[in-house]
Amino acid sequence: MKAASHCRRHRHCATEEGESTCRPPSGDNRVTTPLLSISGLTKAYPGVVANDAVSFDIIEGEVHALLGENGAGKSTLVKMIYGLVKPDSGAMTLHGAPYTPPDPHAARKAGVAMVFQHFSLFEAMSVAENVALGMEEPPRLRDLATRIREVSETYGLPLDPGRIVGDLSAGERQRVEIIRCLLQEPRLLIMDEPTSVLTPQEVEILFQTLRKLSAEGVAILYISHKLEEIRSLCDQATILRQGRNVGTCLPRETSAREMAEMMVGSSFAAPERAPRAPGEVALEITGLSVASPSAFGTALKDIHLSVQAGEILGLGGVAGNGQDELLAALSGELPSDAEAIRLHGTAVGRFGPTARRGLGLLAAPEERLGHAAAPDMSLTENAFLTGAQRENLTARGFIRWGAARAFARAIIERFDVRTPGPDVAARALSGGNLQKFVIGREVLQRPRVLVVNQPTWGVDAAAAAAIRQALLDLAANGAAILCISQDLDELMEISDRFGALNEGRLSEIRPAQDLNVEEIGLMMGGAHGMEVAHV
Amino acid sequence: MLKLEKRPQPSRLWTWVTPLLAVVITMLAGGALFAALGKDPVEAIATIFWQPLFGEFAFYYRPQLLIKGAPLILIAIGLSLGFRAGIWNIGAEGQYIVGALTGAGVGLAFYPTESVLIFPLMVLAGALGGWGWAMIPAVLKLRFGTNEILVSLMLVYVAEQLLAAMALGPMKNPEGMGFPGSRNLRQYESAHNAELITGTGMHWGVVAAFIAVIFAYVLLTRHSLGYHIRLTGQAPRAARFAGVRPARLVLVCLGTAGALAGLAGMFEVSGPAGQVSIDFNVGYGFTAIIVAFLGRLHPLGILLAGLLMALTYIGGEIAQSNMGLPAAAIQLFQGMLLFFLLAVDVLTNYRIRLARREVA
Amino acid sequence: MDMGSISPELLLASLMVAATPILLAALGELVVERAGVLNLGVEGMMITGAICGFAVAVNSGSPAFGFVAAAGGGAVLALLFAALTQVALANQVASGLALTLFGLGLSSLLGQGYVGIKPPPVARLDIPLLGDIPFLGRVLFSHDLMVYFGLALVGLIWWMLKYSRAGLILRAVGENHDAAHALGYKVVRIRVAAILFGGACAGLGGAYISLIRVPQWTEGMTAGAGWIALALVVFASWKAGRVLLGAWLFGGVTVLQLNLQAAGFAIPVEYLSMSPYLITILVLVIMAGDKSRAPASLGRIFHASQ
Repeated sequence: MKAASHCRRHRHCATEEGESTCRPPSGDNRVTTPLLSISGLTKAYPGVVANDAVSFDIIEGEVHALLGENGAGKSTLVKMIYGLVKPDSGAMTLHGAPYTPPDPHAARKAGVAMVFQHFSLFEAMSVAENVALGMEEPPRLRDLATRIREVSETYGLPLDPGRIVGDLSAGERQRVEIIRCLLQEPRLLIMDEPTSVLTPQEVEILFQTLRKLSAEGVAILYISHKLEEIRSLCDQATILRQGRNVGTCLPRETSAREMAEMMVGSSFAAPERAPRAPGEVALEITGLSVASPSAFGTALKDIHLSVQAGEILGLGGVAGNGQDELLAALSGELPSDAEAIRLHGTAVGRFGPTARRGLGLLAAPEERLGHAAAPDMSLTENAFLTGAQRENLTARGFIRWGAARAFARAIIERFDVRTPGPDVAARALSGGNLQKFVIGREVLQRPRVLVVNQPTWGVDAAAAAAIRQALLDLAANGAAILCISQDLDELMEISDRFGALNEGRLSEIRPAQDLNVEEIGLMMGGAHGMEVAHV
Repeated sequence: MLKLEKRPQPSRLWTWVTPLLAVVITMLAGGALFAALGKDPVEAIATIFWQPLFGEFAFYYRPQLLIKGAPLILIAIGLSLGFRAGIWNIGAEGQYIVGALTGAGVGLAFYPTESVLIFPLMVLAGALGGWGWAMIPAVLKLRFGTNEILVSLMLVYVAEQLLAAMALGPMKNPEGMGFPGSRNLRQYESAHNAELITGTGMHWGVVAAFIAVIFAYVLLTRHSLGYHIRLTGQAPRAARFAGVRPARLVLVCLGTAGALAGLAGMFEVSGPAGQVSIDFNVGYGFTAIIVAFLGRLHPLGILLAGLLMALTYIGGEIAQSNMGLPAAAIQLFQGMLLFFLLAVDVLTNYRIRLARREVA
Repeated sequence: MDMGSISPELLLASLMVAATPILLAALGELVVERAGVLNLGVEGMMITGAICGFAVAVNSGSPAFGFVAAAGGGAVLALLFAALTQVALANQVASGLALTLFGLGLSSLLGQGYVGIKPPPVARLDIPLLGDIPFLGRVLFSHDLMVYFGLALVGLIWWMLKYSRAGLILRAVGENHDAAHALGYKVVRIRVAAILFGGACAGLGGAYISLIRVPQWTEGMTAGAGWIALALVVFASWKAGRVLLGAWLFGGVTVLQLNLQAAGFAIPVEYLSMSPYLITILVLVIMAGDKSRAPASLGRIFHASQ
């Protein structure tokens, strides 16, 4: 293996003597004493060991990547560092002293701050109130507003302290979280998947902010599964797989492919794209405008698009820009003007979900538990949820449970859903398996048009690959697919054409092949009015 | 330290064990309560649970079980559909009263004509009365988004006043020598909900209750409407995704509950109670809430829970006359039952674990 | 019928008195709901407070002790609700109903020996000078201490929710309990405290009915006041100031219909007695459009799983 010198696989790493010699990137004048040292941290939950004797060090001023698939134990590990979860065994030291935060207050007092992936924000409250809630001894609200303005300007993250958080975009909300951390002058900043809500341009600005912080001596623990990001930002990477530390590496000198193999444990074949010839227009949306049903949602504004049979149209965009509303408008949960949505020429805008399913327009929402599936119901009952009509699972209103169970079995078999059987409750399945079930349920109903939102969100790599392959196969068999996703790599991998949602509007739609990252970013709304850090 | 740990799926065993456990705990706590009141706890519990079934006068009390149980079961079946769908009709007491008023009203209007058509008409009127009263919170919820809990409950107080107004006004017995209350329907053959088989307590209300149980069972386990009711309660968003129209469900659930409560009221006023009087209602509409939960919102469970609750009513009365146990103690006893049920319910969805000493 | 027998001065003065029990109960529930908990057991806690206050006041001869006991009684009952919903994670709607049924039973058991007794009188606070102002003096400045306590509580809760750190944290817990937990706030502890406060307030409201407003003990004497208090919180869009407004509105309706009854108005008494409940429904209909201020986590179960 070529990069072996930079990339070592081991199980108990931090105890090794020679460890620190390879640590600091060359030519730096940084201190090499560890700021935070983790040794043998273990945390088990019923049925799963989230962290198994994880050890590593974080040095002052270092950007340290924590890399791993969904479910590898990254979140549990940082929750232990932030005092939200207590380890079963193992120890941490901060500045050389034992560090056992009983709760996040203690962590913050010790100089540890965290930006959450699913923000810890309060939508109905103002920016200043949100910031105050994340501080130990906040100044008076008026003084705090001044401080917020100062810090936000210093770091190029403009923010109005008086605005209500619910009205902010995802990128702005992240700024609230970051500024809340920065106001406490942390020594260690934990960032959990921060770029999943940003456009490529915004990511670049965030990185500049983080580099500036790192230059000031703040250590950053950066959690991600996006390899290219880590290669461009991080000094050091620790890789977790199934709760274990499976190696460390210098990201700048390791290829993305090697890191991916360490992360996943094996390599996956990229999905195969069978050549396909787009047919007639299956789904046509013209001038679709609907208000959002939720208080802080995004209204759809004048959407125009068409998807041909045998084609995958990918729609990107940062979370909260109308994705949920678009899915609801297409599934039939959110009625619109009749003419706004046409399915093979039939105006279906006023039709409910059942009527649309009858015509072959199927959908798979983002939220698996509670939207696509009922958590406490069995897989049989969940198969009936959308399959009742197209699979003939009822007779004069009465449910044919035998047929429903057979349908559930078929989904389980065809899509390799790992479960004891169709009588298991949906919530007992892992994210990946449930997602395979949800997608499989729609695919097996032979849709003419399938709309999916975030089909591989929070799913392990193997399941994600299987789901993408299923979508490609479905398109090859002549179905039209509208794939809404926040994962740009995924969209580039499977879609024929690409468009982006931005504040409820749809960008121009272009062939996916000849797009570069810069162009995609601009379609997604560019930097959303952010400025570059004043370094 | 004890810790709760969510089960991967609800435990089937505990689903059925918890109600029994709750009954046992309630007996223990009730015993303690009775002891605190200076009564022999063992004797009190035995009086409540044993005497009505196997005591000396069981021949008299056993029919009472059906008479008291039927309205409870009838109302609880209706409520359970709504509770399953997350539609909280807690105004069954009001619907019960109004059903009794409309049912009795039709009967009294025909007095003294005798016809076999009168009783069926009264049944229809009772169901319609309860249905109409329940439609008020339903329509207000759909039209304006008001909270059905508060509206249906407010309507109980309105119905109680209406009952008083009727008993003292339009429905007052003209030959009643000034006493409040209507004519006695038991003395009006065409309107009398008589005992069908002598000595069993079986009347048309009991028949209706059994039919309701069977109907609800089939609905919930076999029919797609029942599935939609369950789905809406467990995952409202998934229900909309599946194509359920929430408005229709609100109308169906509140309407059914209202109609069944109205029926219960009608059968009661034309049978066991006999007349419209100021204190005609005895809280069946509220006790039925306990019955519905104790029966796990399951039709068969409700059947058993309704009979059990009827037992506490009858046994409570015996304990009241034989041991001087206050009526309020029985009321409290029933309240405790729901309390303990909700408390032990946690075992269905969670496992209790002894947390290990935490090493940080 | 004699409309002239209704004096506007007395009407307004008794409005203040009629408004106090629901004001106290609604303020408590406001704090509970702002913490994200829906406690439908207000009626049960009020009636328990009513009998606890009554019994202790009669036995000790001191209404002050009575009110303290009422607050305690309400809080103890609320503690049961807290145990059910915060520890055993039971459904809040069902638990609230259970609390009301339980409270009604408990109170009638406790109240057995107290029917027909008169409680010790509560002194009216005739504020010198202010109380002598014509009209206003009688309306505003010659009530018992609890009336002013209620008013002070409105101001206190308004201030706490708007300006204090504790209020900020309380609102945060009600708005998004997961985020509050992630930031290290003890969601369950804060909610239990709010529930206890709500219980104490409801207890005080109940005791106000049995010790001052009526004053005597009868079974079920709160007659839906707790439910009206719940409606009031919705009416007030979860704002303390508007709770006061709503309480006065309901107090006004109650007093007016009582006066109309006394004046021999040509409608049967029963129909007049319906009016507070019908007005409540009407108000719910009018205010139903404004749900935007409801705490986002209201009624949701919190379990810090991982």
